[in-house]
Amino acid sequence: MKAEKFPTEKQTVKKQGWKDIPEGGIITRAASAKMNKTGSWRAFRPVIDESKCINCAMCVLNCPDNAIPFRDGKRGPVNLDYCKGCGICASVCPVKCIKMEEETKFRK
Amino acid sequence: MAAKGKTVPLTGNYAIAEAMRQINPDVVAAYPITPQTSIVETFSKFANDGRVDTEIVRVESEHSAMSACVGASMAGARAMTATCSAGLALMYEIVGVASGLRCPIVMPVANRAISAPINIHCDHSDSMGARDLGWIQIYNETAQEAYENVFLALKLAEHPDIQLPVMVCEDGFITSHCVQNVRIYDDAVMKKFAGERKPIHSLLDLKEPISVGAIELQDYFFETKRQQQDAMEKVPKVYLEVAEELSKITGNKYGFFEEYKMKDAEAVIVTMSSAAGTTRAVVDKMRNEGKKVGLLKIRLFRPFPYEEVARALSKAKNVAVLDRSMSFGAHAPLYGEIRNALYEMEKKPGLQSYVFGLGGRDLLESHVRQAFNDMLTGKVSREKRYLGLREASE
Repeated sequence: MKAEKFPTEKQTVKKQGWKDIPEGGIITRAASAKMNKTGSWRAFRPVIDESKCINCAMCVLNCPDNAIPFRDGKRGPVNLDYCKGCGICASVCPVKCIKMEEETKFRK
Repeated sequence: MAAKGKTVPLTGNYAIAEAMRQINPDVVAAYPITPQTSIVETFSKFANDGRVDTEIVRVESEHSAMSACVGASMAGARAMTATCSAGLALMYEIVGVASGLRCPIVMPVANRAISAPINIHCDHSDSMGARDLGWIQIYNETAQEAYENVFLALKLAEHPDIQLPVMVCEDGFITSHCVQNVRIYDDAVMKKFAGERKPIHSLLDLKEPISVGAIELQDYFFETKRQQQDAMEKVPKVYLEVAEELSKITGNKYGFFEEYKMKDAEAVIVTMSSAAGTTRAVVDKMRNEGKKVGLLKIRLFRPFPYEEVARALSKAKNVAVLDRSMSFGAHAPLYGEIRNALYEMEKKPGLQSYVFGLGGRDLLESHVRQAFNDMLTGKVSREKRYLGLREASE
């Protein structure tokens, strides 16, 4: 286990002082949630067996973070910048082609 | 421009409702609670009679009242509510949200005891319990003062350097329900003074969209709290500016505190709200008897004017602080602040704590006289003293 190695993304963001931020913690630009890469929270990663996937898009519709794209009628790869590893995709998959694997396996 | 106005017999609550009528806020969301109720009841009549354009939001609790005010305020509206005691306690969570989000909400508070035992009468345990929630607090002796300070509070709250909510406190029943002569200044003059709110940010501003109430964890929360402290530290300067502007209309003075016969006073009582009236009467009587006594009435409790208070008390021999609430296991709130204020002084006056008037217990002239006599004879100690409390059965 090398858990101390992540998260790393947030540590590199340059933080501002109290004199430089808007008052009351308001956010003055749109879509700033994109900057908050919640993928660093992930303890389990969804791994999709492409040979079994029937492209039903149940995982796409049920993902609470919209981290599984669907374009031109095809499911894309999981966006690991935002996937928190909740496992809902694996749970709702009708053919059980998504397996949740320990994140540490991929972070060595 | 001085405004003549007219003098009418009004309760403190009615006088505050008159101020709200002249301000004509965009939104008032409130829930009835004794003894605040008649503020919002009277104001609702004004709204029903078409004398204001205010959107009245009838909510199911004070938690919702303050929530509606916060939402309205963040949308750029001028929002007001009023409460006390259990109502203030129930809205507690959102009271902190209002100051944290920098909503310039003005909220009259008709001070009432916090239960239990349940009690509807005056003490300051409700607003004192909320003194560290980031609101400006102004305590008022009379209906007149409460009426005028609603305007002061409004301009102070909405000042671009401040953007903080304000509690305008009056003593429940004693001030809120007793009829006094109140000078209500001309509508046109007061409306002009109140003006329109100019929000810095607004949820309804499509050109500069904002998100409000987002989470801030270890990385930014501390910085946001530091900003609140900065705004509080700017209050005294802006308070005096607004006070000067208001003074041009009313001819009255609005210092952080009032000094009454303090110049050569050896024995001084420091207190707030309606107790100052009783104390002033005793000062007059004892002055006629040749006793050098004086009164320091604190108006601005948050932010607390430590240096100015220390200067005002620098010539006194002994100072009695009369608190209308307790801080169980600690110094009473006002006494604690006065004690703090004196810390840097080289020659400190004697200081004595008295608690009085909990749950609406009357403060009698004899109680005030007793405290003055203690100060005149040097009976000062670190013990906690109580005025009007039975030590044994009568």
